[in-house]
Amino acid sequence: MLQTVVSAALPVHERLSIRKNRLAPATGDLLGLPRLCIVTGTHGDELEGQYVCYELQRRIHEQAEHLTGIVDIYPAANPLGLDTITRGIPMFDLDMNRIFPGGDDGPAAEFLAHALMEDLRGAACVVDIHASNIFLREVPQVRLGENTVDRLLPFARLLNTDFIWVHAGATVLEATLAYSLNAAGIPALVVEMGIGLRLTPSFGNQLVDGLLALMARLGVWSGETAPIKPPIESVDGEVALLSAEGPGMFIPSAMLGTQVERGALIGEIVDPLRGEVVQRVTAPGSGWLFTLREYPACYAGSMLARILLGGAAF
Amino acid sequence: MIRDVLFTLKAPYRDPLQIVGFRFGKGEKACCIVGAIRGNEVQQQFVCSQLVKALKGLESRGQIAHDNEILVIPSAGASYSMNTGNRFWAVDHTDINRMFPGYDYGETTQRLADGIFRQVRDYSYGVQFTSFYLPGDFVPHVRMMETGYQSTSLANLFGLPYVVIRPPRPYDTATLNYNWQLWHTNAFSVYTAATDQIDELSARQAVDSVLRFLNRIGLVRYHCHNGYIASVIRENELVSVLSPTGGVYLAKKMPGDEVVRGEMLAELIDPYNGDTVARITSPVDGVIFFGYHQPLVMEHAVIYRIIKHAHV
Repeated sequence: MLQTVVSAALPVHERLSIRKNRLAPATGDLLGLPRLCIVTGTHGDELEGQYVCYELQRRIHEQAEHLTGIVDIYPAANPLGLDTITRGIPMFDLDMNRIFPGGDDGPAAEFLAHALMEDLRGAACVVDIHASNIFLREVPQVRLGENTVDRLLPFARLLNTDFIWVHAGATVLEATLAYSLNAAGIPALVVEMGIGLRLTPSFGNQLVDGLLALMARLGVWSGETAPIKPPIESVDGEVALLSAEGPGMFIPSAMLGTQVERGALIGEIVDPLRGEVVQRVTAPGSGWLFTLREYPACYAGSMLARILLGGAAF
Repeated sequence: MIRDVLFTLKAPYRDPLQIVGFRFGKGEKACCIVGAIRGNEVQQQFVCSQLVKALKGLESRGQIAHDNEILVIPSAGASYSMNTGNRFWAVDHTDINRMFPGYDYGETTQRLADGIFRQVRDYSYGVQFTSFYLPGDFVPHVRMMETGYQSTSLANLFGLPYVVIRPPRPYDTATLNYNWQLWHTNAFSVYTAATDQIDELSARQAVDSVLRFLNRIGLVRYHCHNGYIASVIRENELVSVLSPTGGVYLAKKMPGDEVVRGEMLAELIDPYNGDTVARITSPVDGVIFFGYHQPLVMEHAVIYRIIKHAHV
């Protein structure tokens, strides 16, 4: 059942609406049924979650008799961003994922964020799907703040991602959707996978297998679920970040999701004007390459790759 | 005056970005003044340019205190964005003023913020001309984050009509002002009446307010009128007026105007047929502190913030 979560009039005869689709058992009282919420599209340049929303619903529809709880699907938390290929909310300075829990007396964006947050209250679990950004490709991973590990790790392990990355909190991240939900007592997991502006159906299918397993754990699904592979689990200290030392074009040599040995060539940064290699980027240690730059143009500081040192490839 | 290149960033296809500072006097790092950090902060950059000119004159006349240094940075990484018509860093749309204190091994704008912060963090006083995240104009004021280190009595020395204390939100914790305070710099954000246009009158007022401040803390000898004794207000005491719907926006009141409860503040017009779709009136007696200034508005936008008069 399609529902409008919140809506606001735009200047010229149009409404901005955040909508959801509610999937629920065909018969019986919904009161008290466990509810899983899938949220995506907070960043308008991240599309991987769109495929997941579609594919999850397709599989549920195929075996609707196994739906024993509620699944609310919010494909577009930031509909204008998605429509205009804009990461943030058009004409608003702040990243939508930095204004939660919002407020009903604040600017329009904070009002929308607040309404979304309120609609998610009562969920047994929320999965917030992101797709890195337009520069980097990521293997499917769950990112957890240190302070939520005990509570969320059992859920995260079900999601069938390659990797669970436990990272230190930063104050600025206290205004994310997931942080705000967890602070309000609603378990919320952040998934990062793929790359901005693209769909990677293989990653999407992998995550949908995990979402069905999570649904089964929550009592939302009684159908069969695919085997879930155990993810690599890591904390910040084991991750090596590789960055550009200066400007140029990055040409990757290594493959995302593979094991690399210490000293292995990850890629080169070249100068197209002079025809020179300006930086050879090599692995500082042996490990698993789980992030790789896809957008070639670089400045000093542009992230090129992340390697989980000592991590084992699948 | 010494012109220094404080930080350089090479680019694939453009001249290197240089952050330039102008030093006046020699000795203790006394006061640092920062202008544009975002590409549309043209007024903020202009104010700094006028300040450089004024301080140059004061220095030539021996009116800068001995053993003190004043550093002015008209553009703290904003020039690349300004030259391409962007408010934020044009490559990834990140905001340098949400990257402080920066990180020298981080992403590009984190490195820029780090490069800037290393140059400005040791000064006793820090003044930043900045802009707000909502489109609109303010009455000139000094704004401070409530970090526990803020000093309203020092803020009063600018002689601007208002000093605003803002409890920091999570996204504020990566601004220059907030991090300056954490490093024990007395930090002030000065808001003038414009951002992406030059308002000469307001710029003059801003330059005077900074020179007045520098005079009162003993860094320059500058004679001017005393300015205002500021009213100190907390941001959460301001009364917000929200747009009830979308449409063409016609403001009837400007920042600084006195209003009484029930007085018309703005009108919303249907963009197709010209009908008035809403008349927005003031919910309180007070003074307009902030006014939205775009021709179109969406529902629930903050169109005014009003300093409510205290009735006794």
